[in-house]
Amino acid sequence: MTPFNYERASDISEAVGKPQFIAGGTNLLDLMKLGVETPDRITDITRLDMKNIEDHEGGLRIGALVSNSDLAADMRVRQTYPVLSRALLSGASGQLRNMATTGGNLLQRTRCYYFQDKSSPCNKREPGSGCSAIGGVTRLHAILGASEHCIATHPSDMAVAMQALDALVEVEGKDGSRRIALSDFYRLPEDRPDRETVLEYGELITAVVLPPAPTGKQTYRKVRDRASYAFALVSVAGIVSMQDGKIAQVALAFGGVAPRPWRDLEFEAALVGRAPTRETFDAATDILLRDASGQGGNDFKIPLLRRTLRAVLTELCEE
Amino acid sequence: MNLHHKMDEADRRNRLDDMAQGVLSTPMDRPEGPLKVSGTATYAHEAQPEGMLHGVFVRAPRLGRVVEKDDAAAREMAGVEAIISGDRLLRNPAQGTANEAPIQGATEVHYVGQPVALVVADTFETARAAAQSISFEIADADRAPTDPRNYDSPEDEQSSMGDLEKAMKEAAISIDQTYTTPSHNSAAMEPHASIAHWDGEKLTLRGSYQMLKYNRNELADALGVDPENVRIVAPYVGGGFGSKLGIAPEAVAAALAAKETGRPVGVAMTRQQVFESTMRRSETKQRIRLAADANGRLSGIGHDAWVSNLPDEDYFEPVTQATPFTYRGENRMIGTHVTRVSRTCAGSVRAPGEAVGVTCFEIAMDELANAAGIDPVELRRRNIAEQDPTGDQPYSSNKLDATLTSGAAAFGWDNSCPAPSSRREGEWLIGQGMASAVRVNTLMGSKARVTLDPDGTATVETDMTDIGTGTYAILTQLTAEMLGLKPSAVEVRLGDTDHPPGAGSGGSWGAASAGSSVFLACQSLRGHIAKALGTDEKDLTLKDGQAIADNRSVPLSEILDAPLESIGEIEPGDTGDDVRQATWGAYFSEVAVNAVTGETRVRRMHGTFAAGRILNPKTARSQCLGGMTFGIGMALTEELMHDPRDGRIVNRDFAEYHLPVNADVPQLTVELLEERDPWANPMQAKGIGELGICGAAAAILNGIYNATGVRVRDLPATLDKVLAGLDD
Ligand SMILES: Cc1cc2nc3c(=O)[nH]c(=O)nc-3n(C[C@H](O)[C@H](O)[C@H](O)COP(=O)(O)OP(=O)(O)OC[C@H]3O[C@@H](n4cnc5c(N)ncnc54)[C@H](O)[C@@H]3O)c2cc1C
Repeated sequence: MTPFNYERASDISEAVGKPQFIAGGTNLLDLMKLGVETPDRITDITRLDMKNIEDHEGGLRIGALVSNSDLAADMRVRQTYPVLSRALLSGASGQLRNMATTGGNLLQRTRCYYFQDKSSPCNKREPGSGCSAIGGVTRLHAILGASEHCIATHPSDMAVAMQALDALVEVEGKDGSRRIALSDFYRLPEDRPDRETVLEYGELITAVVLPPAPTGKQTYRKVRDRASYAFALVSVAGIVSMQDGKIAQVALAFGGVAPRPWRDLEFEAALVGRAPTRETFDAATDILLRDASGQGGNDFKIPLLRRTLRAVLTELCEE
Repeated sequence: MNLHHKMDEADRRNRLDDMAQGVLSTPMDRPEGPLKVSGTATYAHEAQPEGMLHGVFVRAPRLGRVVEKDDAAAREMAGVEAIISGDRLLRNPAQGTANEAPIQGATEVHYVGQPVALVVADTFETARAAAQSISFEIADADRAPTDPRNYDSPEDEQSSMGDLEKAMKEAAISIDQTYTTPSHNSAAMEPHASIAHWDGEKLTLRGSYQMLKYNRNELADALGVDPENVRIVAPYVGGGFGSKLGIAPEAVAAALAAKETGRPVGVAMTRQQVFESTMRRSETKQRIRLAADANGRLSGIGHDAWVSNLPDEDYFEPVTQATPFTYRGENRMIGTHVTRVSRTCAGSVRAPGEAVGVTCFEIAMDELANAAGIDPVELRRRNIAEQDPTGDQPYSSNKLDATLTSGAAAFGWDNSCPAPSSRREGEWLIGQGMASAVRVNTLMGSKARVTLDPDGTATVETDMTDIGTGTYAILTQLTAEMLGLKPSAVEVRLGDTDHPPGAGSGGSWGAASAGSSVFLACQSLRGHIAKALGTDEKDLTLKDGQAIADNRSVPLSEILDAPLESIGEIEPGDTGDDVRQATWGAYFSEVAVNAVTGETRVRRMHGTFAAGRILNPKTARSQCLGGMTFGIGMALTEELMHDPRDGRIVNRDFAEYHLPVNADVPQLTVELLEERDPWANPMQAKGIGELGICGAAAAILNGIYNATGVRVRDLPATLDKVLAGLDD
């Protein structure tokens, strides 16, 4: 960890435009200790007034500093957005969730082994240096949306559920505030894997806005290497409503498989209006996985995603 | 007043059974427990003296030869006091009982992560920042490959009896399969840490070590000083599991830095450094051949193991250690094959040998049971030998049959050979699996001083360690029992080389060896008291501070006018060779495998074990629970992943090196069978620390097979391997 200057912002306008925010610190501090992140100034935002969960336009507005524990326990979330509550509770550990914040969770960095090891080339850490994961150990890595420059996955569970819920990210910048659909928030790596989101320098996430709860059943299913306290190998956030024996509406997002929470509207369209049969699921999944490719160590994610998705759809389509 | 005893013959006196205090073999709580749970037991890095400097290692980023080091920026950082490199830094830790320095030198980089310099600064943060700012020019050099291949087969590691090939050909049923296990890390909770402090020529090292009498010599040798001038203090050790058997790089670096700066220096490894620059268990490949008749009776056993280590390391994982004597079968071929790799040093990790060797062997036995259509418990029973089949040695005791029988009953084992995939609950496929447990038993030389005070208190002193296993508790109980005192009247002082040298903690020999030395010291004190009363030691009863003999009861204070001191010493002798000594057990598990995802959850697990006299059923049970928990890890999740290109360990933290967490560990039950093994030592107790892991993983893997019909032969059974065999 290189020595750094520490500043604490006392209101939102003071924080905006400042370098390197720190919230729960559960991700940033670890990376600073490893020398992966080396900010020379950090701005503590934990005193800002962004800790409330408010009813908002028929949905919820979740302050960026609401902890993962508090958000998961909120009665409105548990009742109307159970997919989110489950996703949160499947992540990390109780201690971490107490510290982790909504904003920080969205912006946590990849768990790619090589990103975290300063002595390995990594285009995300040092653009142009190369990708060590390709040809290396790839158990954690992406089967969708990767590029020849980076195959890292986004590790968040919370963001996957929010993706299925069509969440919006509210940010405050030098020129005022704006709302970004979560589906537009993360960039694919292409040739600049270091640029992970559309946020501009100094833009502060102030809240996440959830639209009114969708109808239908919700679930979050996370598949991982141990029963708890492990990142997703594959996860599925699903919301399905049925009408007259047919699938009426779906929203499905996937974690552990791509550089960002993955959603595919074409795949969803292939489910809507159809009877919930194995053929329907498999045909739609073929669309979802049309460009999927493994790196060897993560090839298993393709059949695993297919199977997990089928089980989730079977469960959600049950009337 | 001192008593030395060499274990040349069986000791059938069962003297401990004659004692009257009634505290030994009770589930007494650990006397140091409250200190530990309240955070007041000082672990190695917590005893920081005034003015201590902090050292942080610089790791080698790649293999090769260091040709240049750029440390200009580091040297300019405020607070940086020294940068230590050079020939005395350790390449890797010493192996257990090495008693001399391991390979030294920080120029030749043999594995990624090797410590190549130590930065010393006034704070840990400064030292770390400076360490991270140092860069190296490392030139290519001839190095061992990073993936194991081209094995040597040392002649003295190959043994054969009869004609295995023929037995395999003639067998009614045969199994010939190859299994693999990955590298493991001990993953002790307390990272390796040392604080060094020189007073003139005298070095005191506060460290986290398992075997101080060896560590002292290793440290002295590494520094080129007289062992007389080295003192190591390690009263509390936050787990070792083999990784702290030998002196490690941070101890030597701390001592060098303290010498150079003239101030105490503390070096605590980071978690990543513990993973990459201490010890790993070698990956293993094991070919196992079993030849049996139609009734499952073994006529032949083949067990070949392929393991690796760094160049010039003598140690290799003793995979086949228990194979020769576990089961019958007159035709045998057993061999170990070793290769050199550029990977983190291989050394002792959690029951070296049996942990992986018995595990794979017990999977093979399950394959045999299935092929023969015989209940796996019954199959093992049929193959218990009358005596060690490789020689004329009788077993000192063989409790395999008893543990199998008792364990199966306690677990509720279904002996009807339920077919694979025959039980399903929703998405979950349910199966049962079992395995035998076996571990060699060892006695090591050990000394302890016991001092009995006229006020009715006693003090025990030895450099023996308590690595979280319960040494403080059992030595307290033993002394209290022998001398007729309340446990609260006994103080046990451990982990200091100023005390008489004990056995150290390793190879499960600690309790039996250190305990025997305390037993002997107490026995001689009893002799003295008996003499004072004019009676024989055998006729003396000591209880509650009173000496009772010939219908007289006298307080100790009336017999002693000054502290009475005795040093007891146990020495291993002929009983180590005359008989085959081992500990035995059996594991049973019920597992559920998700038919969709291949995830495995252990639903319940039971172990029955026999290890001679049980000194404290609570600490013994805890050891077994820990072993079985590690077994769950070995079966399902634990794997050090090496990069295929340069051998580096990529998962260097607890987020990615998957030890079992609470949610992975179901209800575990442990049953301990009482026995006395007169050949083991005067206490008739044997080691139990490692027994709980020696085969445990097989019970789970065999359960996965029974649940799904999928036979996983490459550990761990991560979901991708199970998935590959499940119906779509
Ligand atoms: C061992 C371990 C296991 C874990 N397991 C899981 C898991 O299974 N699933 C999972 O989803 N997560 C997991 N996590 C990750 C955890 O969820 C994240 O570390 C946490 O959510 C980050 O939140 P934070 O508030 O601590 O972020 P910080 O560390 O404070 O910040 C992270 C990043 O976000 C930026 N940032 C924070 N707040 C704002 C804001 N309001 N506006 C703009 N930028 C901001 C910071 O500048 C920084 O770059 C795990 C973490 C650990 C250490």
